[in-house]
Amino acid sequence: MDINLQKEAPIYEALEAYRKKRIVSFDVPGHKQGRGNPDLVDFLGEQALGVDVNSMKPLDNLCHPVGVIRRAEKTAADAFGAKNVFFMVNGTSSAVQAMVMYACKRGEKIIMPRNVHRSAINALIVSGAIPVYVNPGVDKRLGIPLGMSVADVEKAIAENPDAKAILVNNPTYYGICSDLKRITEIAHDANMLVLVDEAHGTHFYFGENMPVSAMAVGADMAAVSMHKTGGSLTQSSFLLVGGDVNEGYMRQVINLTQTTSGSYLLMSSLDIARRNLALNGKQIFDKVVQFAEYARSEVNKIGGFYAFSKELVNGDTVYDFDVTKLSVHTRDIGLAGIEVYDILRDDYEIQIEFGDIGNILAIISVGDRSYEIERLISSLSEIKRIYSKDPAGMFDHEYITPTIVLSPQKAFYCSKKSVDIASSENHICTEFVMCYPPGIPILAPGEKITRETLDYISYAKEKGCFLTGTEDMNVEKINIVAE
Amino acid sequence: MELWYTEKHTENVQFSIKLDRQIYSNHSDFQRIDVFDSKEFGRFFTLDGLIMVTEKDEFIYHDMIVHVPMAANPDIKDVLVIGAGDGGTIRELTRYESVESIDVVEIDEMVVEVCKRFLPQTACKFDDRRVKLHFEDGLKYIRNKVSEYDLIIVDSTDAFGPGEGLFTKEFYGNCYKALKDDGILVNQHESPYYDSYANSMRRAHKRISEVFPICSVYQAHIPTYPSGHWLFGFASKKYHPTDNENIDKWNELGIKTKYYNTELHRGCFALPNYVKELLE
Repeated sequence: MDINLQKEAPIYEALEAYRKKRIVSFDVPGHKQGRGNPDLVDFLGEQALGVDVNSMKPLDNLCHPVGVIRRAEKTAADAFGAKNVFFMVNGTSSAVQAMVMYACKRGEKIIMPRNVHRSAINALIVSGAIPVYVNPGVDKRLGIPLGMSVADVEKAIAENPDAKAILVNNPTYYGICSDLKRITEIAHDANMLVLVDEAHGTHFYFGENMPVSAMAVGADMAAVSMHKTGGSLTQSSFLLVGGDVNEGYMRQVINLTQTTSGSYLLMSSLDIARRNLALNGKQIFDKVVQFAEYARSEVNKIGGFYAFSKELVNGDTVYDFDVTKLSVHTRDIGLAGIEVYDILRDDYEIQIEFGDIGNILAIISVGDRSYEIERLISSLSEIKRIYSKDPAGMFDHEYITPTIVLSPQKAFYCSKKSVDIASSENHICTEFVMCYPPGIPILAPGEKITRETLDYISYAKEKGCFLTGTEDMNVEKINIVAE
Repeated sequence: MELWYTEKHTENVQFSIKLDRQIYSNHSDFQRIDVFDSKEFGRFFTLDGLIMVTEKDEFIYHDMIVHVPMAANPDIKDVLVIGAGDGGTIRELTRYESVESIDVVEIDEMVVEVCKRFLPQTACKFDDRRVKLHFEDGLKYIRNKVSEYDLIIVDSTDAFGPGEGLFTKEFYGNCYKALKDDGILVNQHESPYYDSYANSMRRAHKRISEVFPICSVYQAHIPTYPSGHWLFGFASKKYHPTDNENIDKWNELGIKTKYYNTELHRGCFALPNYVKELLE
């Protein structure tokens, strides 16, 4: 990483220069530095509205960057150790989709763990690629899906030598990493591309003693959510490419679905966040790790809660653990994670990232201070004191092995009918059902609906999980393949 | 030459004191600390530009935060004070021979050092054998305490800044847990007058009343605090603040005070209508 280069922020600098020129605009956006929408200026501020502008020569064009955006891409590539970086303004979802759509055409296979984010399966619907699922291990006690074991990946590759790519979560939402280096080697030996969902792994590139990053092990592409732990604005993200990825073709793939009016607020936030992480990331993530380790030890002192960490590492399905994640197992105090999540927000005014059946996850990042950490710990101790109950009868597993009957695309576009969820057993569903967050599908298009899945869905509903994915907004009906 | 200290009580209201001189200024890890000398209020110290204690009117605050709960239960032996780096609350507590231990939890060690050096009027009893100082976050300190105290006094800064955590529901719940079965919690409860303070006050009252069975608010007049009209919270597991036979017995202790007396004790829980409405 070239520190002098990293001090630059080309998009930000160009916007500052633009602001000073006081250019008269007869282009979009029509609010014209906010003058046309005074309420919005009051709310968001003149500074923000003044640089909410359209592409123009001095500010470059996201669809075909040759100026400051190009320079910002190259600077970001230097920071991440990538061959090139694409600025993404449609979220990391769009980066995941671009990776899949680059790697696979209709009917081609891609190997992936089933606990991928919905964006990956959405990409399969759009592209027509066929998933080959690798069963991630499950931690019995915690009920969380783990990483892919190397042996399972080898087996999937041997059975599907025609697969074009393999997708790996690095890390999972819960902070669990597979052996990315080894998986990359065996995939490359089989001429498969390695796509890495690093939505939760931005800090792997900047902190010390972190799990390995995709670019460091020679993976071909990675989708990095700068906005999640890196400090840029929501919806902004980076797609990193290395190795032999054809940049021009990748840009065409991205442009298939990306807006032609890329937001300069989002792009400048990526530029400035990248500069901050490149220059100060080591100290920032040192502090984040200290906060997380401290919180973990205090939460574990409360008793009943289990804030898990590296002790899960087993050399395979948990090859490494991201210690910045504060995941806490709650079932032993008789509460589902989602219940603790709701109590924290409703009673203690603390919003955490998600609660699932057995766990909660708090994101600790560049923006935290010890004040917030102490509040979270104290609230958890109160929740245990006031609400804990006998854990008997609580659901104790999370991963359900899917039976795939149709490809996601075929299922999504087939002729279908809507039935009550309760009476859908043994049918093939044509849409998603998931709790959001985390957004990992319980059912994906093309999968057989089993008793076990239905039990899980009704339990999740009862505990207050926010279920999404179906055409029916109340998630009472489900679309199935019409016989 | 004229030198004035000015504090914004709201965006549109200022309060100024003519200074003789500034005698100290520094930044700790938590806040900015300044000490000034003035003709009208004597020496005073500020945190982040807000007056905490002046020599002239500190007696009002410290009388009211200590003697009200001490009169409500004469058997108080183990006391926890959170904040209170200026020492005034501790000074008043040490006047009770019946008090056996005073744990003081102050997040900012520099406040205590500065007050010991420049404000001996309040910071005069830190060396009392019953006083034990803990320099840490109050929210953290109290988390692991169970049934240890008869009285907890929260002598904090405002609900914005380093004292923010001391106005949260989890903190009040932790206090409840740390108190014995007849324990009392008294806290600095902001002002009802200006909106921003009134909001903090309402939130604090609502949260405390969700935790404690007995929960009231009492008032005092403190000239250097915003609006001059200041409130304290009295939350308790057993003792009522006024409907209580102990109060008159307080006079037998012979503690001489400049503000507090037992008639005032009964009267200070009577609140103006607009304050009552805010608390509903």
